[in-house]
Amino acid sequence: MQNKKIYLDYAATTPVDKEVLKEMLPYFSEKFGNAMSIHSFGQEALQAVDTARGKIAGFFGCAPTEIVFTSGATESNNLTVKGVLKSYYSKAENRGKKPHIITSAFEHHCVLDSCKAAEKEGLAEVSYVKPGKDGIVKVSEIAKAIQPNTVLISIMYVNNEIGTVQPIGKIAKLVAKTNKNRTENEFKAVFHTDATQAVNYFDCDVEKLGVDLLSMSAHKIYGPKGIGMLYVRKGTAIRKIQDGGDQEYKMRAGTHNVTGIVGFGKAIEIMKKNASKDSKKIQSLRDYLIGKVLREIPNATLNGSKIMRSPNNANFSFRDIEGEGLLLSLDMEGIACSTGSACSSGALSPSHVLLSIGLKAEQAHGSLRMTLGKYTTKSEIDMVVKKLKIIAGRLRKISGSVLADYYSKK
Amino acid sequence: MQYSKKVLEHFTRPHNQGVIKNASGVGMVGNPVCGDLMKIYIKVKRDKQRGEVINKIGFETLGCASAIATSSMITDLAKDKTLEEAMKITRQDVADALEGLPPIKMHCSNLADEALHEAIKDYQNKHK
Repeated sequence: MQNKKIYLDYAATTPVDKEVLKEMLPYFSEKFGNAMSIHSFGQEALQAVDTARGKIAGFFGCAPTEIVFTSGATESNNLTVKGVLKSYYSKAENRGKKPHIITSAFEHHCVLDSCKAAEKEGLAEVSYVKPGKDGIVKVSEIAKAIQPNTVLISIMYVNNEIGTVQPIGKIAKLVAKTNKNRTENEFKAVFHTDATQAVNYFDCDVEKLGVDLLSMSAHKIYGPKGIGMLYVRKGTAIRKIQDGGDQEYKMRAGTHNVTGIVGFGKAIEIMKKNASKDSKKIQSLRDYLIGKVLREIPNATLNGSKIMRSPNNANFSFRDIEGEGLLLSLDMEGIACSTGSACSSGALSPSHVLLSIGLKAEQAHGSLRMTLGKYTTKSEIDMVVKKLKIIAGRLRKISGSVLADYYSKK
Repeated sequence: MQYSKKVLEHFTRPHNQGVIKNASGVGMVGNPVCGDLMKIYIKVKRDKQRGEVINKIGFETLGCASAIATSSMITDLAKDKTLEEAMKITRQDVADALEGLPPIKMHCSNLADEALHEAIKDYQNKHK
């Protein structure tokens, strides 16, 4: 037991559930057909894809034809930004008229970089709405950013670093109101949410949310990597960005990842069954973790709202500690977490998420994200806090008063 | 990112860590934006044959594993050296003594040579 590793990085990825794996295995070599083939091999694969699609559509409360399988949320988010712009420019009357996109400053890089690429290529203007200090984007800020030429609004459901929950339903109402005021010939604003971190814990019924597009990845819900989806509401102005076959209602060319899709379907099924039970257990362990860390480790702060927060997420900053050394020391004890420090990722500046909610650079460098999952236990949390306390003490001894000295000299 | 065994050794058990009271010279480099702050303390003693020698050295570092390891290593390299010898220690010497640093760490957190040189200059300025 002593050498057992502790995984607290479920927001990065989750292990494939054994039931999911079992369901997938026959589709590697036994039932290997191409779902686009007419023969029995192909039909067997197609049936598996259709069954999974049905389960997934049931979960999201949409028609099976509105589910577009992709390689994951990164592809879905790229498809969203690029595909909506492509649809906009496909109309003759829009050529030469630059559209406007609204997103938040703390989206995942795949959304931000898609937007930046569009700006650089001169295809769109983009407003990056700053979240509040609590890590929540205000609906009023989005309302202020809306322009007559706004064609896409993309706001994540749950932030991947600090777990804060965004008011998706309210933003949807705002977008609907905006579109009502547009004439029939005007391009309607499309509302997209990246729900990658939300699916495990929050209602993702697309009718209740009121979204036109929704992205997610199966590997965050105990499914396999390399498969995800984009929900595309019927009639949404979006075009494919990848050419080839007619798969996915002509929205995404490429042979179906049948094993992945089968696993994705099973993962959704299991999650749907256990969601509320797992969620309660995880939240109570997470609250226990937050309480213990804030009580037992001096100069620790919780980043992001404590209330409007995903049940599995804890994100702390520790004064006089840098995150990479912290992460490395925890890893030496067999504990896996994540940090917003630049030094851990090879980037030059620390987490854009933590900076966007007003943290100082050193607070972002000194951050630690711990994300729990359905296999996390109380004894693991106890062990983690015990080790964290020792490590924090050691690193603080090394840093001494150097940060305070730096500021006193400034 | 793969750290050498030597880096991990110095990160987990740094040498000469801590403040030197009444230090002869102190050097501080880095900034919180990039994430690394280093402070080197030296105590200089006059030796009849060799001249001015660093006979005590200590450090405080807020930073990643390689920032801590390079701080620790430079204290080993500079101890008992004359000021002239110590001024010649480069960041490459530090990296080599640590059996290499990941390429990205060569610049951002390999600042210990600068901190040492600042500490020596601080001493020299006080004794002009």
